[in-house]
Amino acid sequence: MFRTALRNVLAHKARLLMTVLAVTLGVAFVSGTLVFTDTLKKSLSGQSAKSYDGIAVSVTSYGQGRDEEGRPEGEPGISQQTLDKVRGLGGVDTVSGRVQGFAGVGDEGGKLIGSGWSNKGSNYAPVKDGKDPRYAFTTGAGPAKGDEIALDKATADAGGYAVGDKVRVATNGPVKEYSLAGVFTTEDGAVQAGGSLVLFDTKVAQELYLKPGFFQELSVSAKAGTSADRLLTEIKPLVDGEHTKAQTGAELAREQAKDIERELGGMSTMLLAFAGIALFVGVFLIYNTFTMLVTQRTKELALLRAVGANRGQVMRSVLAEALVVGVVSAVIGLVSGIGLAVGMRSLMGSFGAKLPAGDLVIAPGTIVAALVIGVLVTTLAAVLPAWRTGRIAPVAAMGSAHLPASAKSLVLRNILGSVISVLGIGVVLLGVSMGGDGRMVIGAGAFFMLIGMIVLLPLLSKPVIASVRPLLQKLFGVPGKLAAQNAVRNPRRTAVTAASLAIGLTLVTTLSVLGITMGKAVDRMSTDKLKADYKVSMSGGSGYLDKSVPETLAKTPGIKAVSPQIAGALRIGGEFASASGVTPGAIGQLLNIEVLSGSLDSLGKGEVAVAEKTATAQKLAVGSPLQVQYEDGEKGSLKVGAVYKDLEGLLSPYVIDEKVLNAHSDEPFISEVYVNVDGGSSKAAQQTVVDALGKNPAMTVATRQDMRDEMGGMINLALNIMYGLLGMALIISVLGVVNTLAMSVFERTQEIGMLRAIGLDRSRVKNMIRLEAVVISLFGAVLGIVIGVFLAWAVGTTVSKTIPDYALVVPFDRIGIFLLLAGVVGVLAAMWPARSAARLNMLTAIKTE
Amino acid sequence: MTTMNYAPHTTQAVAARATGLSKVYGQGETQVVALNDVTVNFNQGEFTAIMGPSGSGKSTLMHCVAGLDTFSSGSVRIGDTELGSLKDKQLTQLRRDKIGFIFQAFNLLPTLTALENITLPMDIAGRKPDKQWLDTVIAMVGLSDRLGHRPTQLSGGQQQRVAVARALASRPEIIFGDEPTGNLDSRSGAEVLGFLRNSVRELGQTVVMVTHDPVAAAYADRVVFLADGSIVDQMTAPTADGVLDRMKAFDAKGRTS
Repeated sequence: MFRTALRNVLAHKARLLMTVLAVTLGVAFVSGTLVFTDTLKKSLSGQSAKSYDGIAVSVTSYGQGRDEEGRPEGEPGISQQTLDKVRGLGGVDTVSGRVQGFAGVGDEGGKLIGSGWSNKGSNYAPVKDGKDPRYAFTTGAGPAKGDEIALDKATADAGGYAVGDKVRVATNGPVKEYSLAGVFTTEDGAVQAGGSLVLFDTKVAQELYLKPGFFQELSVSAKAGTSADRLLTEIKPLVDGEHTKAQTGAELAREQAKDIERELGGMSTMLLAFAGIALFVGVFLIYNTFTMLVTQRTKELALLRAVGANRGQVMRSVLAEALVVGVVSAVIGLVSGIGLAVGMRSLMGSFGAKLPAGDLVIAPGTIVAALVIGVLVTTLAAVLPAWRTGRIAPVAAMGSAHLPASAKSLVLRNILGSVISVLGIGVVLLGVSMGGDGRMVIGAGAFFMLIGMIVLLPLLSKPVIASVRPLLQKLFGVPGKLAAQNAVRNPRRTAVTAASLAIGLTLVTTLSVLGITMGKAVDRMSTDKLKADYKVSMSGGSGYLDKSVPETLAKTPGIKAVSPQIAGALRIGGEFASASGVTPGAIGQLLNIEVLSGSLDSLGKGEVAVAEKTATAQKLAVGSPLQVQYEDGEKGSLKVGAVYKDLEGLLSPYVIDEKVLNAHSDEPFISEVYVNVDGGSSKAAQQTVVDALGKNPAMTVATRQDMRDEMGGMINLALNIMYGLLGMALIISVLGVVNTLAMSVFERTQEIGMLRAIGLDRSRVKNMIRLEAVVISLFGAVLGIVIGVFLAWAVGTTVSKTIPDYALVVPFDRIGIFLLLAGVVGVLAAMWPARSAARLNMLTAIKTE
Repeated sequence: MTTMNYAPHTTQAVAARATGLSKVYGQGETQVVALNDVTVNFNQGEFTAIMGPSGSGKSTLMHCVAGLDTFSSGSVRIGDTELGSLKDKQLTQLRRDKIGFIFQAFNLLPTLTALENITLPMDIAGRKPDKQWLDTVIAMVGLSDRLGHRPTQLSGGQQQRVAVARALASRPEIIFGDEPTGNLDSRSGAEVLGFLRNSVRELGQTVVMVTHDPVAAAYADRVVFLADGSIVDQMTAPTADGVLDRMKAFDAKGRTS
């Protein structure tokens, strides 16, 4: 029986081509993901292990601690005294203390080098021999004086800086000029990945990032013969009570490796989910192929039964065929997947994310997973067709080869489909009624709804496609009419083909509608809620501005109103609540704050403005007293002076005078500063602001349009990544359309021959096949879009409460493009089948019985 | 080798004509001559049957004359049109406008009703069928009450009657039938042949039919006999017995030679 299966596979090479291709693509996606993430994992962990080489024990500070009352306690880091004590231990060879933070280097034009990703500054910490073992200098040496720095080689090269040059370095405060003392290379992961690193003299770095005399981290190396564990037990008591954690280097490396694994795990899960979708879509194609192969061989299989093969044997022969196809496809897929992983690495490299070099990791698990998935998917998809083979009666060997599908099974199918669909829609609606907690429920409902729709598709296909027939006939004449009729001749096959497209389109539409809706909401927020001309923030969106920034700007002529948005915290009733520190007189001119009761002027009197939702939840109203505890632990009594309509994303629920917050904190976290200028936004005005900030390359002065573009850009990028990942599923569904059409052409050889004989010319035969493909594709696309919009609406309602003025936006332009693409997909998919139909030899076609 | 000219001696107008027609497959040792220098006329308003044993080239002759197949040398004319110089598109148009076909396997489109199948060639051409003529044809083949049926709901004989009506409906200059009764029982076959003969006698249609059945050939006005790619004989006003005897003679000659 197995030999029969093998022969059959070889005999139907061409017809199995699409199946092989579909499985291959899916398996390649899976194995590519696995190989890529494994490789990345290994090289990243290898690197992190390397950077802990020679570190026996590492002590990390958690920053300033707090007592039970929430008051800050102790020092912000590890003191020099502690460092000295550790150095004094017998087994210790060297100890170096480190601090680090943001440091941006400008090029000659004042632009940030390596913007966006990792711009760090740290201290150069020479040990006994006067050198810091972490850094290898290519030219010059480490900074020895306060006005000296060292730069990593890539950054120095990018800026065209040589030893002795003056370099402008921006931290979160004013820009300062340093002279370049040396250029180095390092194993530091962030630098290897393309980030910039500035090394300061330790004193300077401490001043910039922590507090003079304190470190964030100690790296201890052991003398020969001293074990790391012994050192750890000796060090622990010394650093106890400083809010620190002491670990051996090996432990730290392990921990980092675990972190890397977790981070990459997220990525690989996402990629695998998309691979899963692609494979799921592939199942439909495989199912169609095997159904057709079995139908065509009904006579042959019945003959096998007639000569004595039993049901199981016949079924197994079909499954064995699927197995062969699965194994072949899985192997090709695995090999292509490895190629894909190599490609992905160089692709990411071309985007500027330098990944550490390393050998490709092909884990045995990957090979097993690829093979198992390929074989399982193919065989499972063939189970139903195989089962049908078992039911072929031996007598069919004598009769006609084409047995019409029984009407009864469609009835059963329709009932089943309706029940599942209604159930699915019901569950989705239930999820909608649950609000924010209903997202998982909606997801489950969506799954059932999709399954139900797929089951119902044969029923739906007839009226839907019949409704476009008059139009097709009018536009394209006989080919149009025949195409519409042919599309529903085998409703099951059409349905399965359209279903695979519908799945992809459902996901694409849902994501697009949600993405655009969110984008529009954010857009409205920045247009309606923001009155400021500019927003000043740190480049890359991370880090805080120096406290000098608002003061400097306020003093600059031409600037009308300035207010920082300080990300502060208040402890109210034992719970931490976020609070925004603002400049009382100015904030009303910068943000469109809708005051519901009270007045914003009350901020100037040290009172608090509370967002409406919070006020309702906490039962606060104008005049309510508010017992708070500040960041330094001091308690205070405030009063609610105003209630305003929530401005999520712009202001925290509690708004308070910055001075009140600053009085209780050394270093205010200024996330952004809003600025209004005289005479409104203009190029010159923007330059005034930039100049006032000392042309700091690390700070961005964004116009309202910039802010909109930034959000829009992020949403578009996210959508484009999703489109790219769903592309694989769409490619497989296109293969499905090709497959179905090739089958149709093959089955209708005689008919096409007759049509040619009685006068349908080649180009119109091609048109007929093309239109059939377009009809099937559009049918799937329309269905997917309808379900997609519905699901987007459902998911949207669950988040609508957290977004002010939420309104579902259906991007008709994009949907139009999807439909157009579906049409193009149809035309492309029909290319090869249409060509072979047009080239049919009429005579042999007519003669076939 | 003697080549006989089977152009009739009458002055009747010619619907289709093959002159020195040859068709050769393959090259060198594997070369097969399907048609060898065939010259034959098919007269307007005449029912001609092409007979011959299998492999004699009778189907090939019909395919070449009907513009379904290409030929190696010689010429074929349908009316005034020389087929040899036509491109595929023009050939298709010629078949659509000037030729009707009836196939052994009926070849109806299962998605169309009987009426839609009948008007299909005109729909393809974008022409409106002549209502009166259409009614005449449908009445003749006796399908008036079956027009809304699909082919699967019709018997074999009825399906072939639809095919006959399809061939007649567009009033082609000539109708070619390729074993039109090959898949039918004798009664249905007789019906179909009767319709074809009536279309010639009453409507002035020209019909050329390939068959290996002497009874079918007896319905024709003239029978052309083919053997080994050449025309070997012809018979006017044939009877089934006469045709059978002639065939037996060829068969015997073939065996003794």
